[in-house]
Amino acid sequence: MSYPRESMSIASDRSYAGGEVYDVYRIREDFPILAECSNGKPLVYLDNAATSQKPYTVLEAMDHAYRRAYANVHRGVHTLSERATKAYETARTKAQSFIGAGDPREIVFVRGATEAINLVAASYGRVNIREGDEILITEMEHHSNIVPWQLLREQTGAKLRVAPINESGELVMEEFERLLNERTRLVAVVHISNALGTINPVKRIVEMAHAVGAKVLVDGAQAVPHTRVDVRELGCDFYAFSSHKVYGPSGVGVLYGRYDLLEAMPPYQGGGEMIRRVTFERSDYAKPPARFEAGTPNIVGPVGLAAAIDYVEGLGRDNIAAHEADLLRYATEATAEVPGLRIIGTAAHKASILSFELEGIHPHDIGTIVDHEGVALRAGHHCAMPVMDHFKVPATTRASFGLYNTREDVDALVAGLCKVREVLG
Amino acid sequence: MSDLRELYQEVIAEHNKNPRNFRWMEGANRMAIGVNPLCGDKLTVYMKVDDQDTVTDVSFEGSGCAISVSSASIMTQMLKGKKIEEAKRLFKVFHEAVTVEDQQPDLKALGKIAVLAGVRAYPSRVKCATLSWHTMHAALEGEEWVSTE
Repeated sequence: MSYPRESMSIASDRSYAGGEVYDVYRIREDFPILAECSNGKPLVYLDNAATSQKPYTVLEAMDHAYRRAYANVHRGVHTLSERATKAYETARTKAQSFIGAGDPREIVFVRGATEAINLVAASYGRVNIREGDEILITEMEHHSNIVPWQLLREQTGAKLRVAPINESGELVMEEFERLLNERTRLVAVVHISNALGTINPVKRIVEMAHAVGAKVLVDGAQAVPHTRVDVRELGCDFYAFSSHKVYGPSGVGVLYGRYDLLEAMPPYQGGGEMIRRVTFERSDYAKPPARFEAGTPNIVGPVGLAAAIDYVEGLGRDNIAAHEADLLRYATEATAEVPGLRIIGTAAHKASILSFELEGIHPHDIGTIVDHEGVALRAGHHCAMPVMDHFKVPATTRASFGLYNTREDVDALVAGLCKVREVLG
Repeated sequence: MSDLRELYQEVIAEHNKNPRNFRWMEGANRMAIGVNPLCGDKLTVYMKVDDQDTVTDVSFEGSGCAISVSSASIMTQMLKGKKIEEAKRLFKVFHEAVTVEDQQPDLKALGKIAVLAGVRAYPSRVKCATLSWHTMHAALEGEEWVSTE
């Protein structure tokens, strides 16, 4: 176990002690940015679906890695390189157990969920998807799970089919099933919608897709911070997530792929690290995951991700989910009192994401005015323009809650929305 | 950051609620569509220009935030009866007032649109304020589409 000793001891000092009560006020002390002020008001950070803030343990683990354990990985025979390599590979094992994968070789470090999906489209897609084949996605996908498939469609002549959502923002399962057929090669589906909060029945989707012989990629960028994920229980073939949404650093993410699939896939990018032997005639590629990690990787990012995983596991993912479910319930009730507010995305199974419109007021005006009250919200199309089209709105305002948000944060949101009415009438 | 009221003045809220010249125009001889891909806002500017290069009528349609709607509304009031060259000059004056740093805007030269000069303190909202002006400028230049990107 090479994990930085100092950092580990700091982590255990500051991380959740595992008591019976989820003490959100104590947890907030782990996040230095939450003590900041914004426009003279205490920061109320409700943009967690865009990215999350970082606890001390993550900052310290990365600082330690740069100060004490930094060298290139998988190369040098010197002590520092071995230390860095061990930290990097320990992070891979952490990520593996975090999502329930059976083998660390099934964990490929990438830049984020977007690159993970692009990797599958470019590598798996290039050899397995041909003209006339079908790729099935849903209407609630983020642009990152639409555009890579459009690019693949252009290259291969495959068809892109889209399963619709209903007025609550839930996938219409009958339509999804109708669109599945023996030409469907791949189903690419979001686990939790970033624009609506909808939790998709991924396990059932996987069973249905496998029944027609299709492989399944799950975009888990929003799921990993909010819910327990077990890729073997879900049965999916690929799973993508980003570190920065789960309290880790930006610039690193994970592609999980079933080992037999990864092993049969061609490289995504060429370079150092991903080869066994190179001559000018030919190159032999390394086994996964190295085959898909060309060049010097983000060396310290995975170390930060590992610290974030430790932090989240220390609090307990079920405890976090319960806390966030309570916040969502409270926020849904509190915002119902705001005149003219309509929630967009009312699925029965929903994560702590609250998208809404305020009658007669544009989301950008809401965003600017509540920002003056210290409240950070997202206003826009959330990189899910087809969802906006479905609900016939140009944009929505979105409050998304993380493990450190409180009922007082929700109260500040509601007060901010009242201020919007006061300013714009 | 400056006081919120410097951005959202009463007159802006009022124009947002009751935008002037907010209509489709029959017989327009200049027209352009402006889009802000950041927020998905889209508006159309219609103009009638006579053979003396005078803007005899100007209107707009579309949806947007209070900043973009009030800016468009005030713009239509300002441009009616102006020469094309004057309209282009006003565009330049307003654009510079909200985008050029280290330079206090000339409120007098801005006229009615001076109420939106405060948007310069909000970089993410400058495109909202200038969308209709870019669109008007494109219409006069004979371009039918303009994007703030």
